[in-house]
Amino acid sequence: MPRRLTPVLMTALLATGVAQAQPDVPVQLPAFKEGQYVHEAPTVEDLMQDESIHPELRKVILRGRDMFMNTQQFRGEYVFNDLNCKNCHMGEGRLNWSGPVWPAATTLPDFRGKNQHVNSLEERIAGCFSFSMNGNPPAYGSDDMLALAAYHQWLAKQAPVYESNIGGRGFGHLGREMPAETSYANGAQVYQQHCARCHGDDGQGVRLSAQTVFPPLWGDGSYNWGAGMTRVFTAASFIKNNMPLGKPGSLSDQQAWDVALFINSHERPQDPRYTGDAKETREKFNNFHKFTMYGTEFDGQVLGQHDDTGDKPFLKPDALRPRSFD
Amino acid sequence: MKTATLGYLLAGALAYCSTAHASDGAGRGQAIAMQGDGSGAPCIACHGLDGAGNDAAGFPRLAGLDTGYLVKQMQDYRSGARQNAVMAPNVDNLDDQQMIDVAAWYASQQPTPASLPEVDTALLELGKKVASSGDWDNYVVPCETCHGPGSLGVGSAFPRLAGQHAGYIKQQLHAWKNGTRGNDPDQLMLAIAARLSDEQIEAVAAYLARQPQQGDL
Repeated sequence: MPRRLTPVLMTALLATGVAQAQPDVPVQLPAFKEGQYVHEAPTVEDLMQDESIHPELRKVILRGRDMFMNTQQFRGEYVFNDLNCKNCHMGEGRLNWSGPVWPAATTLPDFRGKNQHVNSLEERIAGCFSFSMNGNPPAYGSDDMLALAAYHQWLAKQAPVYESNIGGRGFGHLGREMPAETSYANGAQVYQQHCARCHGDDGQGVRLSAQTVFPPLWGDGSYNWGAGMTRVFTAASFIKNNMPLGKPGSLSDQQAWDVALFINSHERPQDPRYTGDAKETREKFNNFHKFTMYGTEFDGQVLGQHDDTGDKPFLKPDALRPRSFD
Repeated sequence: MKTATLGYLLAGALAYCSTAHASDGAGRGQAIAMQGDGSGAPCIACHGLDGAGNDAAGFPRLAGLDTGYLVKQMQDYRSGARQNAVMAPNVDNLDDQQMIDVAAWYASQQPTPASLPEVDTALLELGKKVASSGDWDNYVVPCETCHGPGSLGVGSAFPRLAGQHAGYIKQQLHAWKNGTRGNDPDQLMLAIAARLSDEQIEAVAAYLARQPQQGDL
Protein backbone atom coordinates (compact mmCIF):
# COMPACT_ATOMS: atom_id res chain seq x y z
CA MET A 1 0.00 0.00 0.00
CA PRO A 2 1.52 3.36 -0.96
CA ARG A 3 2.40 5.82 1.75
CA ARG A 4 -0.20 8.51 2.07
CA LEU A 5 -0.30 11.82 3.84
CA THR A 6 -3.23 11.06 6.11
CA PRO A 7 -5.25 13.80 7.78
CA VAL A 8 -3.75 12.82 11.12
CA LEU A 9 -0.28 13.36 9.79
CA MET A 10 -1.27 16.65 8.20
CA THR A 11 -2.80 17.75 11.50
CA ALA A 12 0.28 16.67 13.40
CA LEU A 13 2.57 18.54 11.01
CA LEU A 14 0.53 21.69 11.32
CA ALA A 15 0.32 21.42 15.08
CA THR A 16 4.04 21.02 15.56
CA GLY A 17 4.99 23.61 12.98
CA VAL A 18 7.05 21.13 11.00
CA ALA A 19 5.20 22.01 7.81
CA GLN A 20 6.87 24.98 6.14
CA ALA A 21 4.12 27.55 5.92
CA GLN A 22 0.54 27.26 7.04
CA PRO A 23 -1.51 27.01 3.85
CA ASP A 24 -4.20 29.63 3.31
CA VAL A 25 -6.86 26.96 3.60
CA PRO A 26 -5.60 24.30 6.00
CA VAL A 27 -7.27 20.93 6.47
CA GLN A 28 -8.32 21.29 10.10
CA LEU A 29 -9.63 18.03 11.46
CA PRO A 30 -9.88 16.96 15.09
CA ALA A 31 -6.97 15.05 16.57
CA PHE A 32 -7.46 11.36 17.22
CA LYS A 33 -7.62 10.37 20.86
CA GLU A 34 -5.03 8.25 22.60
CA GLY A 35 -5.75 4.57 22.17
CA GLN A 36 -8.16 4.96 19.27
CA TYR A 37 -7.99 2.64 16.31
CA VAL A 38 -7.30 4.72 13.19
CA HIS A 39 -8.11 2.92 9.98
CA GLU A 40 -6.62 3.51 6.57
CA ALA A 41 -9.27 2.16 4.23
CA PRO A 42 -8.01 0.67 0.96
CA THR A 43 -8.44 2.55 -2.30
CA VAL A 44 -9.89 1.34 -5.57
CA GLU A 45 -6.31 1.18 -6.89
CA ASP A 46 -5.50 -1.24 -4.07
CA LEU A 47 -8.50 -3.30 -5.10
CA MET A 48 -7.40 -3.50 -8.71
CA GLN A 49 -3.86 -4.50 -7.72
CA ASP A 50 -4.77 -7.05 -5.02
CA GLU A 51 -4.25 -10.41 -6.66
CA SER A 52 -5.52 -12.26 -3.62
CA ILE A 53 -9.05 -11.09 -4.42
CA HIS A 54 -11.05 -13.42 -6.64
CA PRO A 55 -12.10 -11.63 -9.86
CA GLU A 56 -15.75 -12.39 -9.08
CA LEU A 57 -15.44 -10.74 -5.68
CA ARG A 58 -13.69 -7.75 -7.22
CA LYS A 59 -16.62 -7.41 -9.60
CA VAL A 60 -19.09 -7.47 -6.71
CA ILE A 61 -17.11 -4.93 -4.67
CA LEU A 62 -16.91 -2.62 -7.69
CA ARG A 63 -20.65 -3.02 -8.17
CA GLY A 64 -21.18 -1.99 -4.55
CA ARG A 65 -18.85 0.96 -4.98
CA ASP A 66 -20.73 2.07 -8.08
CA MET A 67 -24.03 1.88 -6.17
CA PHE A 68 -22.47 3.93 -3.40
CA MET A 69 -21.09 6.62 -5.70
CA ASN A 70 -24.05 6.82 -8.07
CA THR A 71 -27.05 5.80 -6.04
CA GLN A 72 -29.26 7.90 -8.31
CA GLN A 73 -29.15 5.07 -10.87
CA PHE A 74 -31.78 3.50 -8.56
CA ARG A 75 -34.02 6.56 -8.50
CA GLY A 76 -37.61 5.42 -8.09
CA GLU A 77 -36.51 1.97 -6.96
CA TYR A 78 -34.30 2.24 -3.88
CA VAL A 79 -33.99 6.02 -3.75
CA PHE A 80 -36.76 8.60 -3.91
CA ASN A 81 -34.79 11.76 -3.21
CA ASP A 82 -31.83 13.43 -4.92
CA LEU A 83 -29.07 11.97 -2.76
CA ASN A 84 -26.20 9.57 -3.32
CA CYS A 85 -24.50 7.68 -0.49
CA LYS A 86 -21.32 9.67 -1.15
CA ASN A 87 -23.04 12.99 -0.43
CA CYS A 88 -22.79 12.39 3.32
CA HIS A 89 -20.09 9.69 3.38
CA MET A 90 -17.54 11.63 1.41
CA GLY A 91 -14.33 10.39 -0.11
CA GLU A 92 -15.99 7.17 -1.33
CA GLY A 93 -17.03 6.25 2.21
CA ARG A 94 -13.37 6.05 3.26
CA LEU A 95 -12.90 9.47 4.80
CA ASN A 96 -12.50 9.83 8.55
CA TRP A 97 -14.77 12.47 10.15
CA SER A 98 -17.17 12.01 7.24
CA GLY A 99 -19.05 8.99 8.49
CA PRO A 100 -16.68 6.36 7.08
CA VAL A 101 -18.88 3.35 6.36
CA TRP A 102 -16.49 0.47 7.05
CA PRO A 103 -17.14 0.41 10.85
CA ALA A 104 -20.61 -0.94 10.08
CA ALA A 105 -18.85 -4.08 8.84
CA THR A 106 -16.66 -4.52 11.95
CA THR A 107 -19.00 -3.38 14.76
CA LEU A 108 -22.21 -5.13 13.69
CA PRO A 109 -24.18 -7.19 14.55
CA ASP A 110 -24.86 -5.00 17.56
CA PHE A 111 -27.70 -3.43 19.47
CA ARG A 112 -28.82 -0.09 18.02
CA GLY A 113 -30.65 2.44 20.11
CA LYS A 114 -32.48 3.82 17.08
CA ASN A 115 -34.58 0.68 16.53
CA GLN A 116 -33.96 -1.04 19.86
CA HIS A 117 -32.74 -4.35 18.54
CA VAL A 118 -29.61 -6.09 17.30
CA ASN A 119 -28.87 -5.02 13.72
CA SER A 120 -26.91 -6.72 10.96
CA LEU A 121 -24.81 -4.86 8.40
CA GLU A 122 -27.63 -5.28 5.87
CA GLU A 123 -30.15 -3.78 8.29
CA ARG A 124 -27.85 -0.84 8.90
CA ILE A 125 -27.61 -0.21 5.15
CA ALA A 126 -31.39 -0.61 4.89
CA GLY A 127 -31.70 2.11 7.53
CA CYS A 128 -29.77 4.54 5.33
CA PHE A 129 -32.04 3.80 2.38
CA SER A 130 -35.20 4.13 4.47
CA PHE A 131 -34.32 7.47 6.06
CA SER A 132 -31.41 9.30 4.43
CA MET A 133 -32.36 8.26 0.88
CA ASN A 134 -36.10 8.47 1.61
CA GLY A 135 -36.33 5.15 -0.15
CA ASN A 136 -36.97 1.45 -0.18
CA PRO A 137 -33.86 -0.66 0.54
CA PRO A 138 -32.62 -3.45 -1.72
CA ALA A 139 -34.08 -6.71 -0.41
CA TYR A 140 -32.12 -8.47 2.32
CA GLY A 141 -29.95 -11.13 0.69
CA SER A 142 -30.38 -9.65 -2.80
CA ASP A 143 -27.50 -9.21 -5.26
CA ASP A 144 -27.57 -5.45 -4.78
CA MET A 145 -27.53 -5.74 -0.99
CA LEU A 146 -24.67 -8.22 -1.20
CA ALA A 147 -22.71 -5.83 -3.42
CA LEU A 148 -23.11 -2.95 -0.96
CA ALA A 149 -22.23 -5.15 2.00
CA ALA A 150 -19.15 -6.42 0.15
CA TYR A 151 -18.02 -2.85 -0.51
CA HIS A 152 -18.36 -2.02 3.20
CA GLN A 153 -16.51 -5.13 4.32
CA TRP A 154 -13.69 -4.70 1.82
CA LEU A 155 -13.20 -1.08 3.00
CA ALA A 156 -12.82 -2.53 6.51
CA LYS A 157 -9.92 -4.74 5.42
CA GLN A 158 -7.51 -5.36 8.31
CA ALA A 159 -9.63 -3.44 10.83
CA PRO A 160 -10.17 -5.27 14.12
CA VAL A 161 -13.60 -6.85 14.50
CA TYR A 162 -15.73 -5.47 17.37
CA GLU A 163 -13.23 -2.72 18.12
CA SER A 164 -15.52 0.22 18.90
CA ASN A 165 -13.01 2.89 19.92
CA ILE A 166 -12.53 4.19 16.39
CA GLY A 167 -10.97 7.53 15.44
CA GLY A 168 -12.97 9.73 13.06
CA ARG A 169 -16.06 7.54 13.15
CA GLY A 170 -19.55 8.91 12.58
CA PHE A 171 -20.59 12.52 12.98
CA GLY A 172 -20.45 13.40 16.62
CA HIS A 173 -17.30 15.09 17.70
CA LEU A 174 -19.02 18.34 18.73
CA GLY A 175 -21.02 16.40 21.30
CA ARG A 176 -24.78 15.90 21.37
CA GLU A 177 -25.94 18.93 23.32
CA MET A 178 -26.70 21.97 21.23
CA PRO A 179 -25.17 25.05 22.93
CA ALA A 180 -27.82 27.33 24.46
CA GLU A 181 -26.71 30.28 22.34
CA THR A 182 -27.33 28.40 19.06
CA SER A 183 -29.24 30.74 16.77
CA TYR A 184 -31.44 30.14 13.73
CA ALA A 185 -30.91 33.74 12.60
CA ASN A 186 -27.14 33.43 12.80
CA GLY A 187 -27.43 30.11 11.01
CA ALA A 188 -29.33 31.80 8.20
CA GLN A 189 -26.42 34.21 7.79
CA VAL A 190 -23.82 31.45 7.77
CA TYR A 191 -25.95 29.65 5.20
CA GLN A 192 -26.11 32.67 2.91
CA GLN A 193 -22.40 33.28 3.20
CA HIS A 194 -20.99 29.78 2.93
CA CYS A 195 -23.66 27.33 1.72
CA ALA A 196 -26.21 28.95 -0.60
CA ARG A 197 -23.77 29.27 -3.50
CA CYS A 198 -23.92 25.51 -4.00
CA HIS A 199 -26.98 24.31 -2.11
CA GLY A 200 -29.24 27.15 -3.30
CA ASP A 201 -31.19 29.90 -1.53
CA ASP A 202 -33.99 27.43 -0.81
CA GLY A 203 -31.78 24.47 0.04
CA GLN A 204 -32.78 22.84 -3.24
CA GLY A 205 -29.28 21.93 -4.41
CA VAL A 206 -28.33 21.65 -8.08
CA ARG A 207 -29.24 18.85 -10.41
CA LEU A 208 -27.90 18.61 -13.99
CA SER A 209 -28.45 15.90 -16.60
CA ALA A 210 -30.40 13.79 -14.05
CA GLN A 211 -27.38 13.83 -11.76
CA THR A 212 -27.11 15.52 -8.40
CA VAL A 213 -24.25 18.01 -8.37
CA PHE A 214 -25.00 19.71 -5.05
CA PRO A 215 -27.38 17.82 -2.78
CA PRO A 216 -30.58 19.43 -1.52
CA LEU A 217 -30.51 20.11 2.22
CA TRP A 218 -34.23 20.29 2.79
CA GLY A 219 -37.46 19.83 0.86
CA ASP A 220 -38.63 16.79 -1.09
CA GLY A 221 -35.20 16.08 -2.61
CA SER A 222 -33.46 15.75 0.74
CA TYR A 223 -33.22 13.29 3.66
CA ASN A 224 -36.43 12.59 5.55
CA TRP A 225 -37.30 13.43 9.15
CA GLY A 226 -36.07 10.06 10.35
CA ALA A 227 -32.51 10.39 8.96
CA GLY A 228 -29.60 10.71 11.36
CA MET A 229 -28.65 13.96 9.67
CA THR A 230 -31.88 15.62 10.97
CA ARG A 231 -30.32 15.49 14.43
CA VAL A 232 -28.81 18.93 14.87
CA PHE A 233 -25.64 17.52 16.45
CA THR A 234 -25.06 15.13 13.54
CA ALA A 235 -25.41 17.90 10.97
CA ALA A 236 -23.27 20.26 13.08
CA SER A 237 -20.39 17.78 13.27
CA PHE A 238 -20.71 16.88 9.59
CA ILE A 239 -20.61 20.56 8.62
CA LYS A 240 -17.74 21.39 10.97
CA ASN A 241 -15.49 18.66 9.55
CA ASN A 242 -16.58 18.63 5.90
CA MET A 243 -18.06 21.95 4.78
CA PRO A 244 -17.61 24.16 2.84
CA LEU A 245 -16.23 21.44 0.61
CA GLY A 246 -12.45 21.39 0.66
CA LYS A 247 -12.30 23.55 3.80
CA PRO A 248 -12.86 21.24 6.77
CA GLY A 249 -12.70 22.99 10.12
CA SER A 250 -12.96 26.47 8.61
CA LEU A 251 -16.25 27.34 10.34
CA SER A 252 -16.29 27.88 14.09
CA ASP A 253 -18.06 25.28 16.23
CA GLN A 254 -20.86 27.76 16.89
CA GLN A 255 -21.26 28.58 13.19
CA ALA A 256 -21.62 24.86 12.53
CA TRP A 257 -24.27 24.53 15.25
CA ASP A 258 -26.13 27.62 14.02
CA VAL A 259 -26.28 26.56 10.40
CA ALA A 260 -27.17 22.98 11.35
CA LEU A 261 -30.13 24.30 13.35
CA PHE A 262 -31.12 26.53 10.43
CA ILE A 263 -31.01 23.69 7.90
CA ASN A 264 -32.79 21.22 10.14
CA SER A 265 -35.60 23.65 10.99
CA HIS A 266 -36.87 23.34 7.41
CA GLU A 267 -39.47 20.90 6.15
CA ARG A 268 -38.53 17.59 4.60
CA PRO A 269 -40.24 14.28 3.75
CA GLN A 270 -42.09 12.55 6.54
CA ASP A 271 -40.42 10.21 9.04
CA PRO A 272 -41.38 6.67 7.93
CA ARG A 273 -42.24 5.94 11.57
CA TYR A 274 -44.94 8.65 11.54
CA THR A 275 -48.02 7.81 13.59
CA GLY A 276 -50.18 10.51 11.99
CA ASP A 277 -49.17 13.06 14.62
CA ALA A 278 -45.70 14.60 14.61
CA LYS A 279 -45.71 15.51 18.31
CA GLU A 280 -46.75 11.98 19.19
CA THR A 281 -44.12 10.49 16.85
CA ARG A 282 -41.52 12.72 18.45
CA GLU A 283 -42.50 11.41 21.89
CA LYS A 284 -42.57 7.80 20.73
CA PHE A 285 -39.06 8.02 19.29
CA ASN A 286 -37.77 10.54 21.77
CA ASN A 287 -34.36 8.86 22.09
CA PHE A 288 -33.84 10.02 18.48
CA HIS A 289 -36.07 13.05 18.12
CA LYS A 290 -34.87 14.80 21.28
CA PHE A 291 -31.98 15.85 19.02
CA THR A 292 -34.18 17.01 16.09
CA MET A 293 -36.62 19.87 15.58
CA TYR A 294 -39.30 17.44 14.37
CA GLY A 295 -42.66 17.79 16.13
CA THR A 296 -41.70 21.15 17.61
CA GLU A 297 -43.36 24.43 16.80
CA PHE A 298 -41.56 26.74 14.48
CA ASP A 299 -42.96 29.89 12.95
CA GLY A 300 -46.50 28.90 14.00
CA GLN A 301 -46.28 25.42 12.44
CA VAL A 302 -45.47 22.02 13.91
CA LEU A 303 -42.49 20.77 11.92
CA GLY A 304 -43.22 17.42 10.30
CA GLN A 305 -47.01 17.62 10.74
CA HIS A 306 -47.86 16.71 7.14
CA ASP A 307 -48.46 13.77 4.80
CA ASP A 308 -45.68 14.66 2.36
CA THR A 309 -43.48 11.64 1.66
CA GLY A 310 -41.65 13.42 -1.18
CA ASP A 311 -41.45 11.45 -4.43
CA LYS A 312 -41.86 8.21 -2.47
CA PRO A 313 -45.39 6.85 -2.97
CA PHE A 314 -45.57 5.20 0.46
CA LEU A 315 -44.62 5.99 4.04
CA LYS A 316 -42.80 3.02 5.51
CA PRO A 317 -40.66 0.44 3.68
CA ASP A 318 -41.26 -3.18 4.67
CA ALA A 319 -37.57 -3.56 5.56
CA LEU A 320 -38.14 -1.53 8.73
CA ARG A 321 -39.38 -4.18 11.10
CA PRO A 322 -38.67 -5.11 14.69
CA ARG A 323 -36.67 -8.16 15.67
CA SER A 324 -36.87 -10.05 18.91
CA PHE A 325 -35.24 -13.14 20.34
CA ASP A 326 -37.77 -13.61 23.12
CA MET B 1 -13.29 25.00 -43.09
CA LYS B 2 -12.68 28.73 -42.91
CA THR B 3 -15.65 29.49 -45.15
CA ALA B 4 -17.85 27.20 -43.12
CA THR B 5 -16.83 28.93 -39.91
CA LEU B 6 -17.41 32.37 -41.38
CA GLY B 7 -20.77 31.29 -42.74
CA TYR B 8 -21.68 29.92 -39.36
CA LEU B 9 -20.67 33.14 -37.65
CA LEU B 10 -22.68 35.23 -40.08
CA ALA B 11 -25.69 33.02 -39.65
CA GLY B 12 -25.27 33.26 -35.89
CA ALA B 13 -24.94 37.02 -35.99
CA LEU B 14 -28.04 37.33 -38.18
CA ALA B 15 -30.00 35.07 -35.87
CA TYR B 16 -29.07 37.24 -32.94
CA CYS B 17 -29.94 40.46 -34.67
CA SER B 18 -33.40 39.26 -35.51
CA THR B 19 -34.55 37.70 -32.25
CA ALA B 20 -35.18 38.68 -28.64
CA HIS B 21 -33.77 41.42 -26.46
CA ALA B 22 -31.02 39.27 -24.91
CA SER B 23 -29.83 38.46 -28.41
CA ASP B 24 -29.51 42.17 -29.15
CA GLY B 25 -27.13 42.19 -26.22
CA ALA B 26 -25.03 39.48 -27.85
CA GLY B 27 -25.07 41.52 -31.06
CA ARG B 28 -23.82 44.59 -29.20
CA GLY B 29 -21.31 42.31 -27.48
CA GLN B 30 -20.02 41.16 -30.83
CA ALA B 31 -19.28 44.76 -31.75
CA ILE B 32 -17.44 45.29 -28.46
CA ALA B 33 -15.47 42.09 -28.99
CA MET B 34 -14.36 43.48 -32.35
CA GLN B 35 -13.69 47.06 -31.24
CA GLY B 36 -12.51 46.68 -27.66
CA ASP B 37 -13.15 49.12 -24.82
CA GLY B 38 -11.74 52.10 -26.66
CA SER B 39 -8.38 52.16 -24.92
CA GLY B 40 -6.96 48.69 -25.34
CA ALA B 41 -6.84 45.76 -27.70
CA PRO B 42 -10.12 44.27 -28.93
CA CYS B 43 -11.11 40.92 -27.39
CA ILE B 44 -10.84 39.20 -30.76
CA ALA B 45 -7.11 39.98 -30.99
CA CYS B 46 -6.40 37.21 -28.48
CA HIS B 47 -9.64 35.31 -27.90
CA GLY B 48 -10.86 35.35 -31.53
CA LEU B 49 -14.34 36.36 -32.64
CA ASP B 50 -15.57 32.86 -31.90
CA GLY B 51 -13.85 32.75 -28.51
CA ALA B 52 -11.49 29.95 -29.45
CA GLY B 53 -8.53 31.53 -27.67
CA ASN B 54 -5.01 30.30 -28.22
CA ASP B 55 -3.40 27.54 -26.23
CA ALA B 56 0.22 28.26 -27.08
CA ALA B 57 -0.16 31.92 -26.15
CA GLY B 58 -2.09 31.16 -22.94
CA PHE B 59 -5.32 32.88 -24.05
CA PRO B 60 -8.34 31.02 -22.69
CA ARG B 61 -11.22 29.71 -24.71
CA LEU B 62 -14.31 31.81 -23.96
CA ALA B 63 -16.79 30.21 -26.36
CA GLY B 64 -19.78 28.79 -24.56
CA LEU B 65 -18.67 29.77 -21.07
CA ASP B 66 -21.32 30.95 -18.62
CA THR B 67 -22.29 34.63 -19.05
CA GLY B 68 -22.27 35.34 -15.31
CA TYR B 69 -18.83 33.81 -14.94
CA LEU B 70 -17.41 35.89 -17.79
CA VAL B 71 -18.98 39.09 -16.43
CA LYS B 72 -17.52 38.50 -12.98
CA GLN B 73 -14.04 37.92 -14.41
CA MET B 74 -14.17 41.18 -16.38
CA GLN B 75 -15.46 43.04 -13.32
CA ASP B 76 -12.66 41.55 -11.26
CA TYR B 77 -10.05 42.63 -13.82
CA ARG B 78 -11.54 46.12 -13.72
CA SER B 79 -11.53 46.28 -9.92
CA GLY B 80 -8.18 44.53 -9.50
CA ALA B 81 -9.70 41.55 -7.67
CA ARG B 82 -8.21 39.50 -10.48
CA GLN B 83 -4.82 40.74 -11.55
CA ASN B 84 -3.65 40.55 -15.12
CA ALA B 85 -1.51 43.19 -16.78
CA VAL B 86 -2.95 42.46 -20.23
CA MET B 87 -6.61 42.12 -19.34
CA ALA B 88 -6.95 45.06 -16.95
CA PRO B 89 -6.32 47.87 -19.48
CA ASN B 90 -8.42 46.09 -22.09
CA VAL B 91 -11.64 46.00 -20.09
CA ASP B 92 -11.33 48.90 -17.67
CA ASN B 93 -13.42 51.25 -19.81
CA LEU B 94 -16.30 48.81 -20.21
CA ASP B 95 -19.35 49.47 -18.07
CA ASP B 96 -21.38 46.65 -16.52
CA GLN B 97 -23.86 46.51 -19.39
CA GLN B 98 -21.09 46.31 -21.97
CA MET B 99 -19.51 43.49 -19.99
CA ILE B 100 -22.83 41.66 -19.93
CA ASP B 101 -23.16 42.16 -23.68
CA VAL B 102 -19.71 40.92 -24.58
CA ALA B 103 -20.11 37.99 -22.18
CA ALA B 104 -23.41 37.15 -23.89
CA TRP B 105 -21.65 37.14 -27.24
CA TYR B 106 -18.97 34.71 -26.17
CA ALA B 107 -21.41 32.59 -24.17
CA SER B 108 -23.47 32.18 -27.35
CA GLN B 109 -20.57 30.90 -29.41
CA GLN B 110 -20.25 27.20 -30.16
CA PRO B 111 -16.91 25.90 -28.99
CA THR B 112 -14.95 24.38 -31.84
CA PRO B 113 -12.84 21.46 -30.63
CA ALA B 114 -9.14 22.09 -30.96
CA SER B 115 -6.95 19.42 -32.50
CA LEU B 116 -4.60 18.37 -29.77
CA PRO B 117 -1.33 16.46 -29.86
CA GLU B 118 -1.25 12.96 -28.43
CA VAL B 119 -0.08 12.76 -24.87
CA ASP B 120 1.03 10.01 -22.58
CA THR B 121 -1.82 7.66 -21.59
CA ALA B 122 -0.61 7.46 -18.00
CA LEU B 123 -0.77 11.26 -17.75
CA LEU B 124 -4.35 11.27 -19.02
CA GLU B 125 -5.26 8.48 -16.58
CA LEU B 126 -3.92 10.53 -13.68
CA GLY B 127 -5.79 13.57 -15.00
CA LYS B 128 -9.00 11.59 -15.18
CA LYS B 129 -8.53 10.43 -11.62
CA VAL B 130 -8.05 13.98 -10.34
CA ALA B 131 -11.07 15.24 -12.30
CA SER B 132 -13.46 12.39 -11.50
CA SER B 133 -12.26 10.78 -8.27
CA GLY B 134 -9.95 13.35 -6.72
CA ASP B 135 -7.19 12.53 -4.26
CA TRP B 136 -9.00 12.45 -0.94
CA ASP B 137 -5.97 11.33 1.03
CA ASN B 138 -4.55 14.76 0.30
CA TYR B 139 -8.01 16.34 0.54
CA VAL B 140 -8.15 17.04 -3.17
CA VAL B 141 -11.84 17.00 -4.06
CA PRO B 142 -12.64 15.81 -7.62
CA CYS B 143 -13.10 18.70 -10.12
CA GLU B 144 -16.49 17.28 -11.08
CA THR B 145 -17.86 17.69 -7.58
CA CYS B 146 -18.23 21.43 -8.18
CA HIS B 147 -17.67 21.87 -11.91
CA GLY B 148 -20.34 19.27 -12.57
CA PRO B 149 -20.68 16.06 -14.56
CA GLY B 150 -18.04 15.98 -17.28
CA SER B 151 -16.63 19.23 -15.79
CA LEU B 152 -19.10 21.02 -18.07
CA GLY B 153 -19.64 23.81 -15.55
CA VAL B 154 -22.30 24.66 -12.97
CA GLY B 155 -23.81 28.15 -12.94
CA SER B 156 -21.71 31.28 -12.78
CA ALA B 157 -19.44 30.22 -9.91
CA PHE B 158 -18.06 26.99 -11.39
CA PRO B 159 -16.99 27.48 -15.02
CA ARG B 160 -16.82 24.76 -17.61
CA LEU B 161 -13.36 23.19 -17.68
CA ALA B 162 -13.94 20.56 -20.37
CA GLY B 163 -12.31 21.68 -23.59
CA GLN B 164 -10.47 24.60 -22.01
CA HIS B 165 -6.89 24.97 -23.18
CA ALA B 166 -4.45 22.89 -21.13
CA GLY B 167 -1.96 25.74 -20.95
CA TYR B 168 -4.53 28.06 -19.47
CA ILE B 169 -5.81 25.56 -16.88
CA LYS B 170 -2.26 24.83 -15.81
CA GLN B 171 -1.35 28.49 -15.63
CA GLN B 172 -4.43 29.31 -13.51
CA LEU B 173 -3.97 26.42 -11.07
CA HIS B 174 -0.41 27.59 -10.54
CA ALA B 175 -1.67 31.16 -10.15
CA TRP B 176 -3.91 30.05 -7.29
CA LYS B 177 -1.13 28.01 -5.82
CA ASN B 178 1.35 30.86 -5.83
CA GLY B 179 -1.16 33.45 -4.71
CA THR B 180 -1.45 35.52 -7.88
CA ARG B 181 -5.10 34.59 -8.44
CA GLY B 182 -7.55 34.84 -5.58
CA ASN B 183 -10.96 35.84 -6.93
CA ASP B 184 -12.68 32.52 -6.28
CA PRO B 185 -15.76 32.54 -4.05
CA ASP B 186 -15.04 31.54 -0.44
CA GLN B 187 -11.50 30.38 -1.39
CA LEU B 188 -13.04 27.18 -2.74
CA MET B 189 -10.56 26.86 -5.61
CA LEU B 190 -7.56 28.03 -3.63
CA ALA B 191 -8.17 25.25 -1.09
CA ILE B 192 -7.88 22.60 -3.77
CA ALA B 193 -5.25 24.16 -6.04
CA ALA B 194 -2.83 24.59 -3.16
CA ARG B 195 -2.94 20.84 -2.49
CA LEU B 196 -2.36 19.75 -6.09
CA SER B 197 1.09 18.52 -7.02
CA ASP B 198 2.74 19.88 -10.17
CA GLU B 199 2.26 16.46 -11.73
CA GLN B 200 -1.46 16.45 -10.91
CA ILE B 201 -1.82 19.93 -12.40
CA GLU B 202 -0.06 18.88 -15.59
CA ALA B 203 -2.23 15.77 -15.82
CA VAL B 204 -5.60 17.32 -15.05
CA ALA B 205 -4.96 20.18 -17.50
CA ALA B 206 -4.09 17.73 -20.28
CA TYR B 207 -7.15 15.59 -19.46
CA LEU B 208 -9.68 18.41 -19.21
CA ALA B 209 -8.50 19.99 -22.47
CA ARG B 210 -9.41 16.74 -24.21
CA GLN B 211 -12.92 16.38 -22.82
CA PRO B 212 -16.04 17.15 -24.87
CA GLN B 213 -17.20 20.70 -24.30
CA GLN B 214 -20.85 20.04 -24.43
CA GLY B 215 -23.30 17.23 -24.28
CA ASP B 216 -26.00 15.76 -22.15
CA LEU B 217 -24.17 13.31 -19.95
